[in-house]
Amino acid sequence: MDALMLSRLQFAATAAFHFIFVPLTLGLSLLVAYMETKYVRTGDEMYLRMTKFWGKLFLINFAVGVVTGITLEFQFGMNWAEYSRYVGDIFGAPLAIEATVAFFLESTFIGLWIFGWNRLPKKIHALSIWLVAIATNLSALWILLANGWMQKPVGYVLRNGRAEMVDFMALVTNSYGWSKFFHTVFSGYVVAAFFVMGVSAYHLLRKSEVRLFKSSFRSAATLGLVASILVFITGDFHAVEVAKVQPTKFAAMEAVWDTQKAAPYNLIVMPDPANERNTVEALGVPKMLSYLAFHDGNAEVRGLKDFPKDDRPPVTITFLSFRVMASLGMLFMLLGLVAFVASRRDRLESYRGLLRIMFFALFLPYLGVQIGWILAEVGRQPWIVYGLLRTSDAVSKAVDGTQVFISLVGFTLLYGFLGAIGIYLMVKYAKKGPEEDLSVLVSRTRAQEV
Amino acid sequence: MEFQVVWFILWGVLWAVYFMLDGFVFGAGILHPFVAKSDTERRVVINSVGPVWDGNQVWLITAGGATFAAFPTTYALMFSYLYSALLIILFALIVRGVTFEFRGKSESGTWRKAFDGAILLSSFIPALLFGVAFGNIFQGLPMDAQGYHGTLLSLLNPYGLLTGVLFVLLFVEHGALWLANKTEGQVRGRASGLAASVWWALLVVAVLFLAYTKFATALYENFLKSPAFFAVPALAVIGLIGIKVLQSTGRTLGAFFSSCLTILMVTFTGVIGLYPNLIPSSIDPRYSLTIFNSSSSAYTLKIMTVVALLFVPVVIGYQIWAYRVFRHRVVPEEVVKDRHAY
Repeated sequence: MDALMLSRLQFAATAAFHFIFVPLTLGLSLLVAYMETKYVRTGDEMYLRMTKFWGKLFLINFAVGVVTGITLEFQFGMNWAEYSRYVGDIFGAPLAIEATVAFFLESTFIGLWIFGWNRLPKKIHALSIWLVAIATNLSALWILLANGWMQKPVGYVLRNGRAEMVDFMALVTNSYGWSKFFHTVFSGYVVAAFFVMGVSAYHLLRKSEVRLFKSSFRSAATLGLVASILVFITGDFHAVEVAKVQPTKFAAMEAVWDTQKAAPYNLIVMPDPANERNTVEALGVPKMLSYLAFHDGNAEVRGLKDFPKDDRPPVTITFLSFRVMASLGMLFMLLGLVAFVASRRDRLESYRGLLRIMFFALFLPYLGVQIGWILAEVGRQPWIVYGLLRTSDAVSKAVDGTQVFISLVGFTLLYGFLGAIGIYLMVKYAKKGPEEDLSVLVSRTRAQEV
Repeated sequence: MEFQVVWFILWGVLWAVYFMLDGFVFGAGILHPFVAKSDTERRVVINSVGPVWDGNQVWLITAGGATFAAFPTTYALMFSYLYSALLIILFALIVRGVTFEFRGKSESGTWRKAFDGAILLSSFIPALLFGVAFGNIFQGLPMDAQGYHGTLLSLLNPYGLLTGVLFVLLFVEHGALWLANKTEGQVRGRASGLAASVWWALLVVAVLFLAYTKFATALYENFLKSPAFFAVPALAVIGLIGIKVLQSTGRTLGAFFSSCLTILMVTFTGVIGLYPNLIPSSIDPRYSLTIFNSSSSAYTLKIMTVVALLFVPVVIGYQIWAYRVFRHRVVPEEVVKDRHAY
């Protein structure tokens, strides 16, 4: 394989691996901050133990997320030098700003939070995790403004053989970046909510620490319901934006070949890209697709045949990932609602069927967010910057296939190893449950000292 | 002053602060098998850097991000030309980061021994390779209109390796002084002893480096043009001597700050010598990447300057506060008792 294909594979693999850990960080930091605030407010030791239990899982996850993030910053230069040179004037800025305003904050205060339990006043300690949560989400904003620019380039002119920034505010207010930001962070909250519900369900099924895990489940269920609805709303909003600025991505998402007005939404579709048609199209809802695309049932939806073959993304992957993502999104709202209602009841631990479902549902949002990114990035092809620079023109000239092959093998081994250890530790500490009650521990230590 | 020059200075500052801060983490990582014998002692060493290493490493991320935003052509070419070397540094940084978090998460002796080995290697390799990379940048890379003509092995030339050894020794000295200030008892004693003896090796290598630089690089030309700049390497030498003087008179904290000064001034010496190049071409100066031919537009640099002026002082402020919160010495009893420690 050539350096281009290998570099694409490597970026996809390293970004996807990084994004296993990021969404949980986005949401769990908020939940842990909320728990610690409850502890500071009420003085109830249960909230302290809750904070520490979820905090430990948060930190294991956080460690892998942080270190795998460095890779992405390096890779733009290492594998995508032509891209970096061509758009660095405008694309480099949000990355540098992210490090300066968000990453420093996150990394400094996570240290204060981990080691500051006995050194900081309670309120300052709780403030530290809030700052971590805010910084993490702020970090996501700058990264997604950068990605939003790749999807919908704004605020630049072509000058001196490259894209130069002329309007920083256009970059910062890019609607594509913002809708992507909200859609992404809310889906991160869904991941975290289902994670907390899933692990809590595991313990509730075993009747261990019922009070603590019921309380955890309850907080997570509220977040899960609200966030899954917000993911759906922002997703709908985002789809309209895609239809407007990335017509090829939208057409591929829905496997639309021919331009049509008042386009129906077919529930069952089987695309046949080789023959530029769909082999199956059934159960059409009239005007629905036009409505989804433009919030206007009679609007015209452009088909893929309107665009040169060289400008179209891979249809089957884009189409399937959108369908699966959207179905999962609806499932999350449903599960979120059921879990929310159940969590308001006193006998939550007796709903064993629901708890089992919620345990297995833990993995589904992970699938959803991965597929979402596949849609966003594969659907943008063949462009690295939509309409401006092709992926094939962006790869480093100084790096050959052998080098990338070796690095790809290296990443696979290292990340495989990291992932295995990370998951092993997560499972170990999730199963172990919270540490013993602190008062029990203190009295036992005293007994030993006597 | 042109924005390019402002960003060149900031670029130098980011690297210098990064080396000053992560330097002692690298040093502590390299030294930990030698200064800490029992598991508890090793945890003391790791926990002495535990609260701050993550925040320190962000200076590297920011230096990388700043290079991307301010000098995109240099970022693109440097990272793709030095692909394999950077990959090794990257792998080491990844391993080091998770190792701190994961080492204490299992009671198994084999587990912890494996992570101890990982800490040593993942601290030594980047320390050496950052030096090798900067040594090669000081000399210039073999690049012309056709691109880059070097390999991973050609980076390991005598001057590059000497700079690598210099960096390792600077960081080991720095790390030993950090531990002498942050620990108690036997670890403190061993660290102080090592700081005293490693200093002599550092002195020899530093003298060799200063002499070899005259023959291998054009760094001194800027200093000969404007001799006032000789104050910077002079401060580096004063810092180096200061370490010995202060440590042998029992002022260990002063010795550590003297080591900070040395690392900052050594980095600035290299940066001043490079000006106006970011990466000189060893083939023909026409192909050198300078701050003028590889920079972003004036508009971008202006925006980035505003961001840096607004936020970098804030970052420095809360990082200093974090260091003050953790200014105590780390003692075994505390590490054993604290279930949040690494």
